[in-house]
Amino acid sequence: MNLTGTGPLLRFALRRDRIMLACWIYALLASVIGTAVSFRSLYPTASSREQLAASINDNGSLRALYGAVYDTGSIGALTAWRILGLGGLLLGLLCILLVTRHTRAEEEAGRLELLGAGAIGRGAPLAAGIGAALTASTVVGVVTAVYLAASGEQLDGSLAFGAALFGCGVCFAGVAAIAVQLAETGRAANGIGGAVLGLAFLLRAAGDAAGSGGPGRLVWLSPLGWAERVRPYHDNAWWLVALLLAAGAAQTVVGYRLAGRRDLGGGLLPQRPGPGAAAASLRSALGLAWRLQRGSLIGWTVGFAIGGALLGGISKGVDQLVSSSSNVQQIVQRMGGSSQVTDAYLATAMNLLAMVAAVYAVQTALRLRGEETSGRAEPVLASGVRRLAWAGGHLVFPLLGSAVLLLAGGLTAGLGAGVVFGDVPGWSVKLMPAGLIQLPAVWVFAAVTVALFGLRPQWTGAAWGVLGVLLFIAYLGPALNAGQWLLDLTPFTHVPKLPGSAFHAAPLLWLTLLSAVLAGAGLAGLRRRDIG
Amino acid sequence: MTTAIDVSGLVKTFGRTRALDGLDLGVAQGEVHGFLGPNGAGKSTTIRVLLGLIRADAGRAALLGGDPWRDSVALHRRLAYVPGDVTLWRGLTGGEVIDLLGRLRGNGADRGRRAELLERFELDPTKKGQTYSKGNRQKVALVAAFCSDAELLILDEPTSGLDPLMEEVFRACVAEERDRGRTVLLSSHILSEVEALCDRVSIIRAGRTVETGTLSELRHLTRTSVAAELAAPPTGLDALPGLHDVELHGTTLRCQVDTDHLDALLRTLTAAGVRSLTSRPPTLEELFLRHYEPESATAATAEVVE
Repeated sequence: MNLTGTGPLLRFALRRDRIMLACWIYALLASVIGTAVSFRSLYPTASSREQLAASINDNGSLRALYGAVYDTGSIGALTAWRILGLGGLLLGLLCILLVTRHTRAEEEAGRLELLGAGAIGRGAPLAAGIGAALTASTVVGVVTAVYLAASGEQLDGSLAFGAALFGCGVCFAGVAAIAVQLAETGRAANGIGGAVLGLAFLLRAAGDAAGSGGPGRLVWLSPLGWAERVRPYHDNAWWLVALLLAAGAAQTVVGYRLAGRRDLGGGLLPQRPGPGAAAASLRSALGLAWRLQRGSLIGWTVGFAIGGALLGGISKGVDQLVSSSSNVQQIVQRMGGSSQVTDAYLATAMNLLAMVAAVYAVQTALRLRGEETSGRAEPVLASGVRRLAWAGGHLVFPLLGSAVLLLAGGLTAGLGAGVVFGDVPGWSVKLMPAGLIQLPAVWVFAAVTVALFGLRPQWTGAAWGVLGVLLFIAYLGPALNAGQWLLDLTPFTHVPKLPGSAFHAAPLLWLTLLSAVLAGAGLAGLRRRDIG
Repeated sequence: MTTAIDVSGLVKTFGRTRALDGLDLGVAQGEVHGFLGPNGAGKSTTIRVLLGLIRADAGRAALLGGDPWRDSVALHRRLAYVPGDVTLWRGLTGGEVIDLLGRLRGNGADRGRRAELLERFELDPTKKGQTYSKGNRQKVALVAAFCSDAELLILDEPTSGLDPLMEEVFRACVAEERDRGRTVLLSSHILSEVEALCDRVSIIRAGRTVETGTLSELRHLTRTSVAAELAAPPTGLDALPGLHDVELHGTTLRCQVDTDHLDALLRTLTAAGVRSLTSRPPTLEELFLRHYEPESATAATAEVVE
């Protein structure tokens, strides 16, 4: 396989992704460093760390999420435990996205053909994609190791920690190297990579939840499990790092073999043909929007159901967990608004679901702008569809899809809590409304998006910025002791903190009114402005 | 109602760019009207005003007797539109898009006509949007437009990406539409296409209409190419008005002549004795080139074709 031109392609790829890469790497490193810093202040003593470990290791749901705490002797070991489960997953995801983006997605868009006609070897794009993934993994691994070693943790443990993270990146870059040969589209390749990643996480989670022996061995089937079992600062199992790297290399070789057996633009898995004629339901703007957005709604709903069940399922151990640190207790109570720790925790969990639902709401509302700028709105709007009907078809999703998510999350949280506390109907009745009352806060974000879309279409993307800032305040404000005026800026602050606190309808009505005014202004603007 | 499209003095600015600068366009009912202009001349902007997608800053536009902005929904039910750059939804097949667009307009497609068009355009309706090539995406929009029973077809550079065989199919379809009494506005910069299909053309440049009329009317304004083999060298050529690009080698003459002065030239040639004579009306290419050259250069550079 000819690799000529890999260098320029890699530089081009890194340049194209400089902002996205910087954001991802920043977020990953911020979570590593933030975790270390917060552990240092929350669990300064060995006994507080042991208490934390005991309550985590006692709780199957928490073990599924993070794995078992294997060493309470140092902040480094605690940080590595906390990060390797989820951080490895996220770095793996980044690497899959990077490889796909620079290989299959480019090929699909036809841009690779343009490059391929130049002095670029057949193997160069894949090498550049993997190179971009390796670059990101190296930065994350090295900075992690350097930071922890510099902050006084053991050197070999820090190196093993960084290497385990790096190994996750390499291994899943390899997964993507195969996936992009199989699928014909970038989206499908990401789907395959994401499915493998999800399976790896589930195997690791199931194994850790089951505990040692028996089904616990499932962990060994998952690369994320290998990374976890490196156990930096405790075992420093370098052979598992080597296993991760070898898996990545072997998969890359397979990817290259497969690449040699297919044409540019072709995939090894055939595209399935779809229906030759439209179903009866595809006959209106709403029918089209439903067809375009139903897949994502189903995916998000499943995600909310799982997330809700996890959040509900860990609620029993939470009071012990929280009581191991008085700081954590204060933060949860401040966010959750109740002195009863379990209620406060669950109210916080509902708030968390609402923040994620706000992401969904913004994303689905932005679909309007995406349809407009891609030119797909034009034929629809030139076919006798009113602008408001077109917009309304899509806005059903931020408006009611968000409700479905919150209901699903609230319901499964209720089921989860009900199972661990032994009162399923009681907890379901308690948590379902607690989820649903978040809806007006979520609507505000969709309404801001619609207002921008209707009145200042070029700035529609700023909706992400508004969401980011307000989520940051809502999520970290209570922990950072932010002033009440700052917290009051976010809609989430105003939602009654159920369960635990009293219910007030007034703030919900105000939030609904605000959403209606913003969305109304946006839609009025849409009727008047130029499309395109 | 005999005018399908009646536009006058249309102005549209985007920031500092004046995309339309007093554009006029008249399309009679039942005609195929060529709408010619180079990239960026304002063809698509005009069409978007006609579709009510954007609002003109000044000027008047009437479409099928209605106001394209105010009555857009009612008007859209009576027209079909093919954009110049067709983007399809990833998850939807071509067949689904064709049906959807027909149903949105309120008239489901005639199944027989739909099947016939799919066959003629050799389009596989079961492929998903992202897997179609540029030409095939164009075909999806064309089939959707041709199997509607709209009275007006607005086609914005509809053949970009089609291979020559498919262009032939496209031309046949447009001719059929005309025979069925429909009006077609065909924006294009492919001149042979317009020459083959259109009853009348409007040529626009920089947001303004520079020429409009039937092809023969437009030719009347321009030059005829003449090549002659003569018995003896002609005399008095220099004195003739309206003669351009004269190449005289002994008894062989090539030149272009303003169509009004053709008669005088022929008399001079017959006086010298004609052995052979070919005269050719200007092609649309030549019309086009004349209109797109910067004004000052027009006289100097009219190219000799052949």
